[in-house]
Amino acid sequence: MATPVIQTDKLTKRFGDFVATNEITFDVQPGEIFGFLGANGAGKTTAMRMLCGLSIPSAGQARVAGFDVYKQTEQIKRNIGYMSQKFSLYEDLTVLENINFFGGIYGLSNADIKTKSEALIGRLGLQGEAKKLVGSLPLGWKQKLSFSVGILHQPKIVFLDEPTGGVDPVTRRQFWNLIYEAAHEGITIFVTTHYMDEAEYCNRISIMVDGKIQALDTPQALKQKFNAASMDDVFYQLARGAKRSE
Amino acid sequence: MRTLRFLLQKEFKQIFRNRSILVMIVVMPVVQLILLPLAANYEVKNINLCVVDRDHSSTSQKLVGKIASSGYFKLTGNRATFKEAFPLMETDEADLILEIPAGFERNLVREDEQKIFVAVNAINGTKANLGGAYLASIIRDYNHDFRVQWIQPSAFNQNPVIDVSSSNWFNPLLNYRMFMVPGILAILVTMIGGFLSALNIVKEKEIGTIEQINVTPLRKHHFILGKLIPFWVLGNVVFTIGLVVSWIFYGIVPVGNLAVLYVFVGVYLLAVLGFGLLVSTFCDTQQQAMFIMYFFMMIFILMGGLFTSIDSMPGWAQMISRFNPVSYLITVMRMVVLKGSDLHDVRMHLGMVALFAVVLNGWAVLNYKKTS
Repeated sequence: MATPVIQTDKLTKRFGDFVATNEITFDVQPGEIFGFLGANGAGKTTAMRMLCGLSIPSAGQARVAGFDVYKQTEQIKRNIGYMSQKFSLYEDLTVLENINFFGGIYGLSNADIKTKSEALIGRLGLQGEAKKLVGSLPLGWKQKLSFSVGILHQPKIVFLDEPTGGVDPVTRRQFWNLIYEAAHEGITIFVTTHYMDEAEYCNRISIMVDGKIQALDTPQALKQKFNAASMDDVFYQLARGAKRSE
Repeated sequence: MRTLRFLLQKEFKQIFRNRSILVMIVVMPVVQLILLPLAANYEVKNINLCVVDRDHSSTSQKLVGKIASSGYFKLTGNRATFKEAFPLMETDEADLILEIPAGFERNLVREDEQKIFVAVNAINGTKANLGGAYLASIIRDYNHDFRVQWIQPSAFNQNPVIDVSSSNWFNPLLNYRMFMVPGILAILVTMIGGFLSALNIVKEKEIGTIEQINVTPLRKHHFILGKLIPFWVLGNVVFTIGLVVSWIFYGIVPVGNLAVLYVFVGVYLLAVLGFGLLVSTFCDTQQQAMFIMYFFMMIFILMGGLFTSIDSMPGWAQMISRFNPVSYLITVMRMVVLKGSDLHDVRMHLGMVALFAVVLNGWAVLNYKKTS
């Protein structure tokens, strides 16, 4: 078996007395689509921020792309892409300008930026919108653009925090096609979602409840284990026991 | 270097797309430089004077006429007694009450001596002080004329007089605008630079874009430089507009070398922008940044020597003003514009401001955290 791209061992984050993420331990294999599920406030975003080098853990160990989350956050950042819950491209720049900017920040060459932005715009069908301000695009397009910019520098892993929240079913479908394409190119996908149909698309999923990982397996195995007809059922059985919620 | 180019491209594009910033940069210096120097004037005119003339002689009439014709005073009333005049001061209709006692003329001619009484409304300290002084000087002048007329000039003057005649260097006509305009320009450059930089990083925090930046391998000092340089350029543009406005509207051409001004302002802007960026790294919302900047700006401006001389402040305030970058710019602006000081003359000021720039920007880089 290949070395995991993400390895965590009792990774914990505390904010004062509140334990947002409580001793989570899991591995993610290269090329995997890993679904990271949990109710609102279960600690998913906190865990993800630690893995992205945005937040230093309180305890435990973790390595992302072979780098330590305490000391090598900048090396981690070279090897990952991240798409936050809140849309965070520049709305007052055009589609092309955003691609240019982030390409430049990640150190891509000008020729590289040019070919990649052409390919990206072609793939998303944004030819007519390339010179429009990002703020004027509908949400679904923004999210697809945001994902594509996140993997522009061909990271080893891309972290997606509820990428399809508030997006219509057709666009969600298109979005998952983009995810499959990226996975096919060898990028590991680490994704959080509240849509259980999306969970079924993942190779493996973990379900977090109150800061802890309560279940981790393939969707198939989880359904068998909880004797459930659908992932909805599995999630419901686990999340019902949650003590904290938003 | 290449990363920096991408950052600068992005910042400039965002600035040029934001109309309100552009308007602020062009219109603010023009309007303020035209408006403020006209209002910010130390000369006191329209002092309301109430006269209580109990002598009713030609001498007292002449004195009142001389005062009224000086141009500084407005006669708001004649009253028979001080008691009747005082309510005018209570209702703020009179700033000064001049009481000429009965027998004024007689005593002046016969006894060669007469006291008159001036009451001053000291609520508006400046007006009262200056008004009192003007009045005293007019009366002194009148007294002199009176003596020449009535007293035979003697072979030797009994009262030796030291006559002081002063000449005003660097601003011969004591034109307040020459003094105020460079100072106001200094404030403008500070305000625009400080606020723009303070609000910028915090804006990225508010809309969430900073998260996307923090997850890239971008170096911290590149990020800060990418914010610093565009505003530095804007600051210089504002400064240039200000110089042009003060030349066109007030005919003020710096006596000293323009290059000295630009070198100093260049370093000074780094310090002010560094301060703004530092505030920005501490705050989470634009509202917080705004209040903090406002707090410091008030202190910087009121203790910067624009309106009141730093030399006449108490010792502790003078100590504070040493840590006030604005005071250095105001001083240097006046030195170069009015006196023609060169780089050697302002080297101490330049050194201090450079020190501020290094400390504030270094602190801003340290305090900007990509990982929390």
